[in-house]
Parts: sequence; structure tokens; C-alpha cells
Amino acid sequence: MDVMELPRLESPEDRVWPKLLKAETRALSFSYGHRLALKNLSVPVEEYKITALIGPSGCGKSTFLRCFNRMHDLYPETRYQGEILLYPDNRNILARDVDPIEVRMRLAMVFQKPNPFPKSVYENVAYGLKVRGVTDRRILDEKVEQALRSAALWKEVKDRLSGLATSLSGGQQQRVCIARALATDPELLLLDEPTSALDPIATANIEELLLDLKQRVTILIVTHNMQQAARVSDWTAFMYLGELVEFGLTKQLFTNPSKKQTEDYITGRFG
Amino acid sequence: MLRRRKFTEVLFKAVGLCSLALAIGTLALLFGALIVEGASRIDWQFLTSFPSRRATQAGILPALVGSSLIMLVTAVVGIPLGVAAAIYLEEYARRTWLTELIEVTVMNLAGVPSIIFGLLALGFFVYILGLGASILTAGLTLALLILPVVIVTTREAIRAIPVQIREAAFALGATKWQTVSHHVLPYSSAGILTGIILALSRAIGETAPIVTIGALTFIAFLPPAPFTTEPPFMSFEWLMSPFTVMPIQMFAWVSRPGEDFAGNAAAAGLVLVCMTLAMNGLAIYVRYLMRKRVSW
Repeated sequence: MDVMELPRLESPEDRVWPKLLKAETRALSFSYGHRLALKNLSVPVEEYKITALIGPSGCGKSTFLRCFNRMHDLYPETRYQGEILLYPDNRNILARDVDPIEVRMRLAMVFQKPNPFPKSVYENVAYGLKVRGVTDRRILDEKVEQALRSAALWKEVKDRLSGLATSLSGGQQQRVCIARALATDPELLLLDEPTSALDPIATANIEELLLDLKQRVTILIVTHNMQQAARVSDWTAFMYLGELVEFGLTKQLFTNPSKKQTEDYITGRFG
Repeated sequence: MLRRRKFTEVLFKAVGLCSLALAIGTLALLFGALIVEGASRIDWQFLTSFPSRRATQAGILPALVGSSLIMLVTAVVGIPLGVAAAIYLEEYARRTWLTELIEVTVMNLAGVPSIIFGLLALGFFVYILGLGASILTAGLTLALLILPVVIVTTREAIRAIPVQIREAAFALGATKWQTVSHHVLPYSSAGILTGIILALSRAIGETAPIVTIGALTFIAFLPPAPFTTEPPFMSFEWLMSPFTVMPIQMFAWVSRPGEDFAGNAAAAGLVLVCMTLAMNGLAIYVRYLMRKRVSW
């Protein structure tokens, strides 16, 4: 701790904390083989709010996000420690008896690069329901429309639902991926730098969409773009070298950070 | 300086063109010779007759039927085994020294001379299992022969599917099998099918392993029909029937004295080449169709 720093909102009573939690990590550590990528992270995720994870590239924010839906289980020599609790049922999704597929059915994820399946728009959006065994055409039609409306894409694609999703523009592809994630009514939506491959207009569209979506779903978003975090999120966690440096209300963290490191990062002194 | 570099450029172009011309020219010459010698001999009678002592009455019917049936057995046995093995190795197996060893072994198997497969088949299928010199034995032998090729090409096709697609499916709650059967296999089917057809078109011309297991060179009957008039309307007796195949028929005619039989051999060769070309053409067409359906 730098004692010479000016006094800031450091005392516990001043520190604001989310009230109603959707999820929370407790002392989460994660390693690839012998490399410890995440060190002892405790981050709350408030329900129906947007929580942003920021930090320089390589700080582990994507790794952190991918712990939530156990994506790391797909690869050998990965190890979690600590807990990720999902509320309201208070379930530790890293527990041994929890099947990763069960976790992935409750959460949904949108990736950095739009990755629609080379199938029709309809098949893409309906896929999550298909793996859950939904075959009733009426339910599928309804859910697909609903999801596409939520992703603000319905008007653009309603006449070409059977067209290939891969032939849409980048921004539209990413919104197909968001619709695909929403179709199964996830409890928590994970977004891994969803706009990093998009142009500014498509990015603005997606940001607007996220603000709209948080009425219905809790969002955890990783972004390398600080302005984006400032624009869309309610809470922000700043990570550096696999550790949590600071967590707080976005407004507070950006205007009045309590740590020197955070201030240096958001003022662009490093990162 | 520039002129020298340009000269190298031209030189390489010339060398490349010459090697290409040599390869294509040889092929064209061979094919041309076959046509000149054999084309006049190919007619309905030739395709539908049994071998005969008189060259003008001889035909390739048993060889044609034998080759086709053996390809059927080879495909039915070799393709599912090869594709399944490739899927297991690529998607399911953990990377250990054992899988590494299997990988290397499969690669090496693809390079083992085909007659070795014939010897294995003679010992195992013919004697130990007592299947005799039958269509079943020949089909199984060729299935073993194409297995490594099918495995290697299937793995390559599977590996070309971006990891992001797999992750997308897993993130939606798909199981491994759902990911493989809904995405990995359909998207890689063009590559897999091309590999399979090329492997089969290689197998159809194989002679050495078929000779080793004891194929007949002169045969005057067809295997029993697979369909019967009585229930269950199906018969698998043909599997145990003796047989001959196109390359063996060709070889039998080539080794006979007399101009006439040489014409027959050329004609049989022409038919065989056409069968192979047709299969390769099919591979190209299938690939075209699949590519059109799946676009990134």
C-alpha cells in the first residue's frame, strides 16, 4: 500500500457492495498446467445488472469468464480452486458432483469472434433448444422469434430465417450469436469481448442492446475497451496479472478509483 | 541483377512446366495406348460374358461383379471403422503416449506394402477364421488396407473445423456426441467423403493382396444373388463365393499368348481406369456439393 496516496473511499462503511447477487466467485484460482492464471478472485455479480471485467490483455479476464461455464473443462491440465456460487440456489458450480453440461444449460456465452454455425439463422438460434430435446415446431418458432427480437435482429432477418447465418454481416452474426444464447432463457449471460471484431456502428448497436437486455438477464461482460465498460456497466472489476485489483460501482471506479493501479490504467498510463 | 533474378524465375517456370508435361504426357500416352488397343473390343458382349478360351467370346462379367461386390464389402466395413476411429482419436481420446503411439502406427500402416496385408489376410481370414478365398475375405482385406488412409484423411478433415464452432456448441449445453454429430461431422463431410472415395478408388485397382488370398483367375459363374424369392428374401451366401476381380482378369489375359487376348486385357484395363476415374469424379462432385452447403 502506498501510504502517501491521498485518502480515498477506503473505509468499509463507504464501500458499496451489490445487494441481490446472481453469482459470486469466492477465492477463485485457476491454473493451466503449472501456470497460475487466476489468483484468489472474489467477485460478486449483481442480478439484472451489467458487471464489466476490464484489464490489460493477458490479465486473465477471459479466463475468469470462461470459468463460469466450465469451458476450461474441454481442455486437459486445467484446474479450478475456490468456488463459483450461483444464486438463488446457492450452488457451487465448480463442485465435483456438478456436471459441466448442467452448468452450461443455465448460463449462456457469446464469444469474441462471431461464431455462428454454418447453418441457417433459424437453426442457429434454435440450437440450444434442440440439444435440450425440444422438437415442437410451435415452441421453436416462438422462441426463435422471441430471441431474435431480444437481439434486435428480428426485423432484419425475419424474411431470411432459412438463409445461412454465416452470410450475414459481422454485427448481424454477433447478434445471431446473442439470440442463440438468449433462446434458452439463461440466468446469466457471459460476453467475452463481444464487440472487439466489430465496427463502431455495430458496436454501438450491441451496447444499446445490452442496456436493453439487462431488464431480463444478468450480464457479465469482458471488455478491453474501457469506454465501453464505462458506458454500459453498473459494476466494474479491474484485473491485473490474474488478480483482482479493484471492484466497485462503475461510476466510482472510473471517477474516483481507490487504487493507484486502477487510476493508472483508466487514465491510460499503462495497459 | 534484376535480369539474373528474372532469369531464375523463367528457368523455374520452364522446369516446372516440363515436369508437369512429363507426368501428364505419360498418363495420356498410357491411356491413349489402352484406348487404341482396347476400345474396339468394348461392347455389350464384352461386359456381359464370362471368360472364354476364344478371345472374341470372352468377357469381364465375373470380374466386374467381383470387383463391385468386394468394393461394397470394403466400404461397408472400412468406412464406419475408419471414421469412428478417427473421431475417437481426434475428439475423445486424451493425449497420452498411447494415443501418440497409435497415431504413428496408423501413419505407418498407410505406407505398408499391400502384399503384407494380403499375407495377414491369408493367415488370419483364410486359415484362422476359415473364411476361404471368398468375397468376404477380399472385402475385409481391402477394408484393412484403406483403414489407415480413411483414418488419416478423416482426422485431417475433422481438425480443419475451427475450435470456436465446437466451443459454441458446448457453450449451449451440447454433449460431446451432439457436438460431433451436429457440427463436426456435417461440416467436415466433404473432406471425409473425398478421402473415402480416393481410398476406395485405390483399393479397386489392388491386385497383390487379392492374389495372395487366392482369388481365381478363371471363373465361369456369378456369386449367388443377394435376393431370394422365399423369406427372408435376402441371402448372404454371395459373401462366401469364390471370385475374381478386374486387375486379376487383366493380368490373366496379358500373360496369355496371342494378339487377341492382349486386346481383351487393354479393354479390361480401360474399363478399370474408367471405374477409377468415375469414382474420382464422384469425389470431386460430392466435394463441390458439400462445399456449397457449408460455407464459412
